[in-house]
Amino acid sequence: MSTFLQSRWGVLTGFAVGAVLLLVLAPTGLSVFNLALLGKFICFAIVAVGIGLAWGRGGMLTLGQGVFFGLGAYIMAMHLKLADAFLFGGSGVPDFMSLYGSGEVPGWWEPFRSPVVTLIAVVLVPGLVALVLGLAVFKRRVKGAYFAILSQALAAAFAVFLIGQQATTGGSNGLSGFRSFFGFDLKDPSNKLMLYSIAAVVLLLAVGTSRQLMNSRFGELLIAVRDQEERVRFLGYDPATIKTVAYVIAAVMAGIAGALFVPIVGIISPADVGVIPSIAFLIGVAIGGRATLLGPVLGALSVAIAQASLSSTFPSFWVYFQGLLFVLVIGFMPGGLASLPGLVSRLRRHRAEQHPTEQRKTEPAPPRPILAPESAPPATATEVPEEASR
Amino acid sequence: MTTPTLLPDGDPQAGGLRHGRPKYLEVRDLTVAFDGFVAVDKVNLSVTQGDLRFLIGPNGAGKTTIIDAITGLVPATGSVNHTGTEILGRKVHKIARLGVGRTFQTASVFENLSVLQNLDIAAGTRRKAKELLRRRKGMDPAVQEALEIIGLDKAADKQAGTLAHGQKQWLEIGMLLVQNSDVLLLDEPIAGMSQDERDETGQLLRRIAASRITLVIEHDMDFVREFATSVTVLAAGKVLSEGSVAQVQADKKVQDVYLGTAGMEGH
Repeated sequence: MSTFLQSRWGVLTGFAVGAVLLLVLAPTGLSVFNLALLGKFICFAIVAVGIGLAWGRGGMLTLGQGVFFGLGAYIMAMHLKLADAFLFGGSGVPDFMSLYGSGEVPGWWEPFRSPVVTLIAVVLVPGLVALVLGLAVFKRRVKGAYFAILSQALAAAFAVFLIGQQATTGGSNGLSGFRSFFGFDLKDPSNKLMLYSIAAVVLLLAVGTSRQLMNSRFGELLIAVRDQEERVRFLGYDPATIKTVAYVIAAVMAGIAGALFVPIVGIISPADVGVIPSIAFLIGVAIGGRATLLGPVLGALSVAIAQASLSSTFPSFWVYFQGLLFVLVIGFMPGGLASLPGLVSRLRRHRAEQHPTEQRKTEPAPPRPILAPESAPPATATEVPEEASR
Repeated sequence: MTTPTLLPDGDPQAGGLRHGRPKYLEVRDLTVAFDGFVAVDKVNLSVTQGDLRFLIGPNGAGKTTIIDAITGLVPATGSVNHTGTEILGRKVHKIARLGVGRTFQTASVFENLSVLQNLDIAAGTRRKAKELLRRRKGMDPAVQEALEIIGLDKAADKQAGTLAHGQKQWLEIGMLLVQNSDVLLLDEPIAGMSQDERDETGQLLRRIAASRITLVIEHDMDFVREFATSVTVLAAGKVLSEGSVAQVQADKKVQDVYLGTAGMEGH
């Protein structure tokens, strides 16, 4: 079965099934409200695909993806506000600006009047920020927990910054009340379906991109960097470059997801981009299986669905449950649910070895185990140093 | 493209190649100090292409530190010249790209990748971005040849983590071959190996050393006697003696250092 899943036809079939589920079955089976909800979850799943690449394959615990999600989202939201103000207000100034600010559009908003600039910026800005950040951080060999803390601090700072800019970013209220999306009426159910479909297609594309990267030589190199960063250096590669590439791709995916989130959900606020949502992005990835292709997507979707259904029944209970789930998965099943089949078969084999059946005894002696017992390395053994110069 | 030839003709010999313009590694006044403790003290060492040099000495003599300094892992003063290019002070990955490769005492292969993937990564430093983003198709001829040289052609698709200890060391040597290193720095390649594996490793070194600059750290004197073409003895961070195995063994200073230890006369 696993060989079929890995073959070209298996992959194509998998994509076809996913496409039918997302693009045919879900729109016909779900109400307009639930479809929008699924669209929102799909946005989270797109972020998860990127995290799967950066964290699962690249070993970078990206605790601050909310920043890139927020950059994409706010850029899109600024464009929608400007377009709305132009279409419905006539003045060209978004409503909240006249309410809290000087009633003038700040200069750095102006470029986002253009739909083309907005679409380019949604991809480019998160990508460039990740590039600069990645090079600065990874060239200095900041990694592990330090990288995680740094990215989380960044998410916190970003949220604080947004809250402080009441007049230009809507402060803690964020930006909301969008009425049109590139000229389409956002109240119209058929336009909602269109938005949902765009998100679904983007998710499929993101998974396709991630698969290509994971199977490419770059993907193999990324695993090598994750497992033995210093060793890769001695082969003549600069691990910082490799990590930065994966980090940038993850950031771009998060940015696009944020841009789709805005018209689908209708609001973006600092509460959607800070520390807590950044951690929430990770939980689904961890539960689904961070190093696999589909684990992050399925994990993110199921956690989001569970949250939506459980948090309305037990509002205060959900956060604890989420935290508990995270701890359990990280502690006892680091491979996530995706590692369950392998775990079960290993357990079964283990049990079979402990209770050998009569039939096995008559078989010729099994070959020497591949993993020959290693002689203990000498006490003076130098291992590849984890931290080379600092 | 012609078939790659990772294997040279002939055997290594003391002093290296005698014709043409052989490559060389010349270490001058190499000094490494950790917080005032001088681990390597003004070491001079010169290895020519085609020589299979062994670096021996008691524990703490600074053998591994020399390799660490040459490969850029620890800061050092002095000079390390690789065939006209000063490599001291450069970054680790830049030094590797200049053709200086090393192995580690505890084999450090990428355990989650297959043998083939390990070699393919080692062979790919000069690949373009476009090539990197594509799936690996077929086998690089150099990788194929390396697999045969290190005797792992049957294990190409095995996960490297499941290899036996000796095989991991051979895989590391194979990685150096496809990496196109002309300087091989091997840190106790036979530590923990069985007698058969030791012999095979020795033969492997003999086969590959004639066209390369090879420096091997080793403790096992039987192994040194059998396979070295020349030996440098290190003690307390300084070069004590240099020459053939017989010359070094006859050296009074070396005998003094090893007196009371099991070193020189085998275990």
